[in-house]
Formats: sequence, structure tokens, C-alpha cells
Amino acid sequence: MIKTDVVIIGAGPTGLFCAHQLGIIGLKCEIVDNLDKIGGQCIELYPDKPIYDIPAVPKCTGQELTNNLIEQIKPFNFNFHLSDRVQELKNENNKWLVKTLNGKEFETPNIVIAGGVGSFEPRKFPTKSAEKYDGKSVLYSIKDKTIFKDKSVVIFGGGDSALDWAIELSNSSKVTLVHRRDEFRGAPASVQKIKELSDNKTIDLITKYSIKDVKGNGLLESVEIKSESGESKVIKADYVLGFFGLIMQLGPIAEWGLNLDKKTIPVNTQNFETNKKGIFAIGDICTYPGKLKLILSGFHEGALAARGCFKYARPDEKYRFEFTTASSTIKDRLGVKE
Amino acid sequence: MAKIKYIEFNGTEHEADIANGLSVMEGAIQNDIPGIDADCGGGMSCATCHVYIKDDEWFKKLPEKEMGEDDMLDQAFEPKSNSRLSCQLIVSDDLNGLTVYMPEKQV
Repeated sequence: MIKTDVVIIGAGPTGLFCAHQLGIIGLKCEIVDNLDKIGGQCIELYPDKPIYDIPAVPKCTGQELTNNLIEQIKPFNFNFHLSDRVQELKNENNKWLVKTLNGKEFETPNIVIAGGVGSFEPRKFPTKSAEKYDGKSVLYSIKDKTIFKDKSVVIFGGGDSALDWAIELSNSSKVTLVHRRDEFRGAPASVQKIKELSDNKTIDLITKYSIKDVKGNGLLESVEIKSESGESKVIKADYVLGFFGLIMQLGPIAEWGLNLDKKTIPVNTQNFETNKKGIFAIGDICTYPGKLKLILSGFHEGALAARGCFKYARPDEKYRFEFTTASSTIKDRLGVKE
Repeated sequence: MAKIKYIEFNGTEHEADIANGLSVMEGAIQNDIPGIDADCGGGMSCATCHVYIKDDEWFKKLPEKEMGEDDMLDQAFEPKSNSRLSCQLIVSDDLNGLTVYMPEKQV
């Protein structure tokens, strides 16, 4: 059980800057994110796209913004818990007990939800029958490629993940690649390679088909695919892999008893607390009259939520407002030598 | 301005007058028409404003897809050859009478 002042859910720009503000006022935090890297949407959706509306930064990419924010909170040595998701919240004696999917536990008076539009999850097959095999023989990511050796593997998708795995697994498995159209969005070199592998019959390439059904009797046996005009084919399959990118889902946040407005959480604009004491929401996931989904708004919201957290983390102390330019306490926290 | 008809997967029809310059997606959101999520807000980054244009004549009449729209549609729920992202359909008088069909779900 990790005891801390604040658990931040989401390591996007808003969560990172809120961590900075917590560090400045002397609070500790732990940051949990579902992705395997820091940066949230900035990294997952547009690492290379320039952003033009960060105050005093005329132009930077999602990657650069993230790197700078990580640099800015370095002095505080906060822990990141990546590839993990907060699953359960329980309130006991004015403390929140937080459990993650990977079994980590935190005890904290404050939770800051900076979850963007929710957590990124792989998009799954639309077919109901695929659910039965989910995580066993129907997979959306690969942890151990040795399980595919000498097996029949049917891969769906047209992006880099689908192409790269089709190429990689073609060495040791019977690979069929199925995609809904003739064009692929993967890197040109991979597309070229796939065409070569298809021409020399190393892999089976089937385009203009999508999944219809998976069949088996306890164990997966085959997958049925369909074209738009209604033709269908059955392919023998020990494993079916789907690579359709990531979707954003609110996930367990919806089950914590918070007021919700569509997929957003209403907050007050004084400290961005939700209807639950000690749970704050900032960034794209929060809503209030006049809300703008801008990174700069998230920064402002994080700064105020941090002060809101102070009240519950240090109930016996009075919060003193200080400037980073003048306060020696803050400079100590930042490790700045004068 | 254009009259756009939005038909939900369950057949419920909605009709709205959408101002020129808005996208078909924004038209749905501003009129509280369900079935279009638009998680990314119109940035062609999410595929949750996916619609079908079932009338072939209309499909051909629409402005062509930009680079990237089909890539995004690969990641939509049950994309077909008549799929479009409604954030990429900008309303003008020419779109008067367009009907879009929503998929069973967006995510």
C-alpha cells in the first residue's frame, strides 16, 4: 500500500503540470496511466503535429511539449505507474483507497482525474463470438510471439502493427492478412514487403474482406470473413489478431459515482472538485460553463486543483501563496542553487 | 444552409437545417442528434463520427476524401466502401437533401 497526498489519473500534459504544481506547494503524488508511455493524447495521437497555442511557446510538437513537462517535474521525483489503470475507488475514514488493474494499492486523501477522453484501449472485433476467445486466441496485442510458432494466424488490419506482425510471424507461422480495402496505411517499405510475401505465397493476402464470425468448440478453429457484396470465406485459424488502432473509453471512471455529463465530469471552477469530496477532474475530461478543451485550460485547472488538494492533504496547515521567483522554500523543492 | 437527414441505426430519423461552413458532425452535435460521438472534436483523429452514405449518387457528389480519412476509417466500427467521417463533410447549399446513416455504434 503506497500512501501519498494525491493520485493523478492520466499522464497527459494536464496531469503532468498538475504534478508540477503539487510539487511546488510541497505535496507528493503518484501518477497512473493506461498507456506504456508518458504524454497522453499528445503522444498517442499527434506526437509530430505542431501545437501553436501554448502560451509563450509559438510552436512545439506533442513530443516536445511532453519532454519539457517531464523535465519540469524532474526535481520532484514522482513515481509513474504506466500500462496500468485505476480500477476501483473506496472511501474509508475520509481517505480514498485506490486499486489498479495490476494490483497496486494507494491510500490518499485526493484523486485528480486528468483522463482526457478516457483511457486508450484497442478497438476490438465487432463480432460477439470473438469475445469468448478474447485474450486466449483472439488477441489485440502480442506479448509472447513464440506461441504462434507453426500455427495458423489470421491478422486483420492495414496499419503498421498489422503489417509488421504479418511480416514477423511469416517466418514461423502460416499467416493470412485480411484488410477491408486494397490500400494500406502502413509504412511504404512494409507495404512493399507484404506484397512480395504475398506474391511468393509466403503469406495469404486477402483484401476487401472483414471479419464475420469466429468458430470453434472451446478451442478456436476458424474465422469466417465476408466481402461487402456478401461473399464469405472460412479460413483455418489457431489465432486471430486484430489491429484497428486505439479507441478512447471512459472505462471504470463511469462507475465511481461521479456526476457525468455525456462523457465529461462536471466540476466547480474554484478548485475543480467533483461531486465527491477529494476527487478533482481537470483537462478534457472536466466540464463547466465556458469550458475550452485547450491544453492551456488544463494547466490552469491543474494549478487550482493542486491547491484544492492541499486542504485535504495538510488539514492542519494553512496554504500560503508564493511565487517561484521569490520563495526560497520553492527553490529548495526545485533543488535550485543560488 | 442545407437540410441534412441523420438516420440512427435503429431507424430513428432526425432532420436539421445546418448552416454552411459547419461540418455534418457539428450539425449533429449542435442539434443533440445521437449516434455521432466525435471524441476528438473534428480533428480527423478518432473515427467516432463515422457515417454511411447509402445513396451512391450522393456518395459520388461529396467532396473526395482527403489523405488520411480512409486510414482513420480503417479504425472505425464496421467501415464499408460508402463510409465517411462526418467531420470531413463541410456543409454548403450543395449538400441540401443529404442523408447520412449512423453505424450501430461508434466505439
